[in-house]
Amino acid sequence: MEDFQFASIIVSTIRNAPVLIFAAMAGLFAERSGVVDIGLEGKILASAFVSAGVAYTWQDPWIGIAAGILVSVALAMVQAFVSITQKGNQLVAGIAINIAMSGLTFVVAQYFFQQGGRTPDLGEARLTDVVLPGTALVADVPFLGWFYGHLIGGHSVLVYLAFLLLPVVHWTLFHSRFGLRLRACGENPHAADAAGVSVQRTRYIAMLIAGVLCSFSGAYLSVVQSGFFLRDMSAGAGYLALTALVFGNWRPIYTVLGCLMFGFFQAVQIQIEGVDLPVVGRIPGSLIQMIPYVVTVIVLAGLMAKSVAPKALGKPFVKSR
Amino acid sequence: MKTTELPRWASGFVLPILNLLSALLVAALVIHLLGESPVESLQILINSAVINPEGLSYTLFYASTFIFTGLAVSVAMKAGLFNIGAEGQMYLGGLGLTLAMLSFDATLSPWLLIPLAMVASAVFGAGWAFLPGYLQARRGSHVVVTTIMFNFIAANLMNWIIVGFLIPEGDQNPASRPFSEAAAMPRLFDWFPALGDTPLNISFLIAILALVIYGVVMSRSSWGYKLQATGLNQHAAHYAGVRISRMIVVAMLISGALAGLAAVNSIMGSTHYLSLNFPAGAGFIGIAIALMGRQNPVGIFLSSVLFGALIQGGFDLSLEKPNIPQETFIFIQGLIILFCGAMENMYAPAVLKLINARKR
Repeated sequence: MEDFQFASIIVSTIRNAPVLIFAAMAGLFAERSGVVDIGLEGKILASAFVSAGVAYTWQDPWIGIAAGILVSVALAMVQAFVSITQKGNQLVAGIAINIAMSGLTFVVAQYFFQQGGRTPDLGEARLTDVVLPGTALVADVPFLGWFYGHLIGGHSVLVYLAFLLLPVVHWTLFHSRFGLRLRACGENPHAADAAGVSVQRTRYIAMLIAGVLCSFSGAYLSVVQSGFFLRDMSAGAGYLALTALVFGNWRPIYTVLGCLMFGFFQAVQIQIEGVDLPVVGRIPGSLIQMIPYVVTVIVLAGLMAKSVAPKALGKPFVKSR
Repeated sequence: MKTTELPRWASGFVLPILNLLSALLVAALVIHLLGESPVESLQILINSAVINPEGLSYTLFYASTFIFTGLAVSVAMKAGLFNIGAEGQMYLGGLGLTLAMLSFDATLSPWLLIPLAMVASAVFGAGWAFLPGYLQARRGSHVVVTTIMFNFIAANLMNWIIVGFLIPEGDQNPASRPFSEAAAMPRLFDWFPALGDTPLNISFLIAILALVIYGVVMSRSSWGYKLQATGLNQHAAHYAGVRISRMIVVAMLISGALAGLAAVNSIMGSTHYLSLNFPAGAGFIGIAIALMGRQNPVGIFLSSVLFGALIQGGFDLSLEKPNIPQETFIFIQGLIILFCGAMENMYAPAVLKLINARKR
């Protein structure tokens, strides 16, 4: 019994993490280029709603996901316009997007579906899990059946995409010409400018990538995990992803580890809810739901890791003459 | 002669109005897309929130809460801190007030009870803002993310406290017991019957007083000057002898106390008990107010009244037009933050051009 619980915690960790991994990788591109992305939360929420709504209407998850990408990119471009072209306050822009989307997704969901800001259940339009070839063969083998059928296999395509993202992002950031320029814009934009790199263009491209990646996070929430859109369903995932970024020192590998850590806490939280524990007894659900946020504060307080942000983070670039 | 800087009337008045109009224009477009008429909606809104005296009275009642949350965000903003946590601080302020009430509302007279409740709400609000302030000052943890986290923590904590401890036995409604008569804020209706039988109470006058104190402290005191210097340039302020980390913590404490005080109007002016999620977004509206009013006392007052009208008129509007639910105003709030906050200088070059053209 004990073992079984632990096994299911591991599996649900893997299923929880992609929401955070997509958003954190989106934030990684934005912030490594020097743009603070507090607006992840709003982009997740908007793409979660649009993906679910369109997937339901067309009865096809992939059209939904594509529509989610468009919306998330559009929001990212608004943010980019404010932060890069207008040289406005990037934090304020992000918060504005988060608040606006919290209201607008409800209003539009209510307008189209009349279900109190919820979309109908996606049913067939939900993204199905991949069953690896040979799963049935090993299903009865004690450890291997679980390992192959549930840990490695049996997830949605987006889960694999999330974990595949790690080597791709790592290579792009540290081994490609674009990655070098991106990091230069985030650390010392004047030097990048002097070397002939267009800081504005690089940051716009970074925000474009952030928009695309962030949309998968929302689509995963609604089209894969829950099978419907619910008001404010992102519940702080965008902020947790940002924290994973701080925790991971703006490096892809450690950031993904941070996401897995938060995914693990969520899994534990669901497992111990309503269970009588020795010594402490039953822990109320609302206290358990606090755990990720408290952990975030502890991480941010620098009690678990010392992290150094990109030097030009949050500073609009003014070309010197 | 060509000017390169905008005159004060332009940057303090023309730009905010242009920004506000842009936000409302986008909102009107969305309302149009929802199949409703923006003009008709605006008429309903103005009728219900301004022209009808009882409606106006409700508008000012909501504005009293928003003045406090707007001030809370403004004080922090003046010190260069973006306090997103006014929502959670107000929620905790409500807890402080309720604990004071549950202990003393049967024994003390209103003359002692109301000041006690105000102190309790301010202390609890400040307490909730202390840790984010301290972490920013000492550990460099960004106050934006920590205050957001503290909002989530406050929501869960209060859920646990209200549901677990404060519901009277035998009740189902997640709320504390109602307070005694002595705990009600005196209503302005008792002196000015023309205002209508509404919850508008002396909190409105206290809010005006707070605005005046804020204005005087910011523009006339050396402490206010130091606070603003910290916000404008930390290194220069440090060089001039301001203790930065102390200033950050104190600014957050005052900000939290003001947010906590917002609970007094919401609870003791209206419901008379602590209920689940009573701030209902007032803390976030404070952000929009601080940005729209440019942290200026008159600006904060006008923006608070505008938001009071949006809430009051929006309520009636949502009854008449089901396609425009109250959440529409959360969206409009986001638009106002975007246009008045993040893009505050979008029209500056155009206005500057216009001024220069007229001078020639």
